Amino acid sequence: MNCPGSNLTLTIRQAAPIPLDAELSCSGGELLALVGPSGSGKSTLLRAIAGLHRPAQGRIVCGGNCWFDQSEGICLSPQQRHVGFVPQHYGLFPHMNALQNVMAGLSHLPGPAREQRARNWLAKVHLTGLEQRRPAELSGGQQQRVALARALSREPAILLLDEPFSAVDRATRETLYIELAELKQELALPIIMVTHDLNEALLLADRMTLLSRGRTLQTGPPRQVLARPISETAARLIGIRNLFDGEVLRHDPAAGLTWLRAGDSEIAGKLDEAWPPGSRVRWMVPGSAVRLRSLTRGDLPDGVNSLRIEVRSVLPLGEECRITARLPGIDDPLHMQIPQRLAQELSLKPGVYTDARLRDRQLHIFPP
Amino acid sequence: MDWPALFLSLKLGATTVLLLLPVALFVGRTLAYRHFRGKSLLEALLSVPLVLPPTVIGFYLLACLGTQSWIGQWIERLVGQTVVFHFSGLVIASVIVNIPFAVQPIQRAFEGIPHEVRDAAACCGIGYWRCLLTVEFPLAWPGVLTALILSFAHTLGEFGVVLMVGGGIPGETQTVAIAIYDKVQSFDYTAAGKMSLFLLLFSVAVLGLANGLGRRFGRRHELPRL
Repeated sequence: MNCPGSNLTLTIRQAAPIPLDAELSCSGGELLALVGPSGSGKSTLLRAIAGLHRPAQGRIVCGGNCWFDQSEGICLSPQQRHVGFVPQHYGLFPHMNALQNVMAGLSHLPGPAREQRARNWLAKVHLTGLEQRRPAELSGGQQQRVALARALSREPAILLLDEPFSAVDRATRETLYIELAELKQELALPIIMVTHDLNEALLLADRMTLLSRGRTLQTGPPRQVLARPISETAARLIGIRNLFDGEVLRHDPAAGLTWLRAGDSEIAGKLDEAWPPGSRVRWMVPGSAVRLRSLTRGDLPDGVNSLRIEVRSVLPLGEECRITARLPGIDDPLHMQIPQRLAQELSLKPGVYTDARLRDRQLHIFPP
Repeated sequence: MDWPALFLSLKLGATTVLLLLPVALFVGRTLAYRHFRGKSLLEALLSVPLVLPPTVIGFYLLACLGTQSWIGQWIERLVGQTVVFHFSGLVIASVIVNIPFAVQPIQRAFEGIPHEVRDAAACCGIGYWRCLLTVEFPLAWPGVLTALILSFAHTLGEFGVVLMVGGGIPGETQTVAIAIYDKVQSFDYTAAGKMSLFLLLFSVAVLGLANGLGRRFGRRHELPRL
């Protein structure tokens, strides 16, 4: 997979120790989020790009330079690749202070220039005055900034971030998001960030790649991937729980809808003519796309996908309520989260029937 | 005080440590970082001197290095001297007996360095030797110091294997521990008491120093809290 103008292209295949079957590309100035559950091979992929893990097969090219090509016997060491790498727990040298940590990566520069550049980068990540502190004397957020300054001060060809926000508290994380977003605007290099947090990917990434058991499942802008997962596995990875069987009935290009038989009902989703009528498919709808009748707001607006559902369970959780319900003729539960106030207004409890509407634009079809 | 015996013990300790330390650094680091087939077996073999009676090790060394064995004969042809009942034999025995005391603290020390630190060093362009000298060694230093002191102190107190291989020849293979035994055998309790007290104080001082330095280095090189 070679995108024109991209700065990094990668194809990796291996069976052991961790199975990998991955294709990626990331352009200069772009932040690509690698998203997947623990053990999906995200960090191994990042380590392979950095040269810390040698895959069995594949090719990695960055900025026009071939870093790894198994067929040609090319495998540059991490030292030769010129990557900026921020490990999950930052990998700071504990016996060196912040300034020395940054300077450690600048041995190619003469002494005075080395210190000046290290100080500049520490200032850029808002650590002026903390240069003499050792990592143990810095907070988690400050340690992350030192690691970032150390990685970027080398003017790397690519920046690799391995779950960079997992070890800091929520408040620090918010600040660091902003700082990384600001830094990203200034940097013209490709950035690959490993995360298992979809919100992080939504906030920071230009594109995201879903990874499952070492395989890259889907790549695209985060909103697009979240709205239109290409398979059930991808849907489950992004936390979609409302997955059901269906059969395509007909397409209505004029209305932009594809009609499905789902249980006892006919429902409509966004037009997808890839499936001829009669095809057995799976369909999904995010919990946020399920609207319940609100007494104070009157009836649901007229439209398609208005269904009578039976409430199965109600679980209050803070100001929200997690509801599971049964669609007509479908055993698999429909999950949704609604405000506690609405659950009280509708007197929702197990066994109660209520009207719901599934937003057709967010109803998505994929292969069984 | 039997000064020649004490001097011999110090010389044996210093020689043992000097010979053992580079080997222990290589073996300890390899065991800490590498995973290979037979690693557990190798670790078990290296730990054998911890549990085997020193006299058993002494017996096998005597059998292997004595003039009756082909190794002993080969060494004698090579250097014109047998190693048993000679200082060189004591050194060989002492190095073997002290392997676990040197390797284990060093292995644990290298194991204690997070792999992320080494990964970050590699991505910072830091090569093998510079990483070893400027990153790994400063962090593993407390373990190396412990290995050094433990091996040295253990050599001073070694009795069984030294007696078996060296025979306790005054001025040649009689270490202070054997000298104490000989003094007791000849009912010279005053001399035995003086030497024992010296060894006791020396051991306490050395171990106290090791602990103190270890703690100091440990604090300086404390890993970041996250």
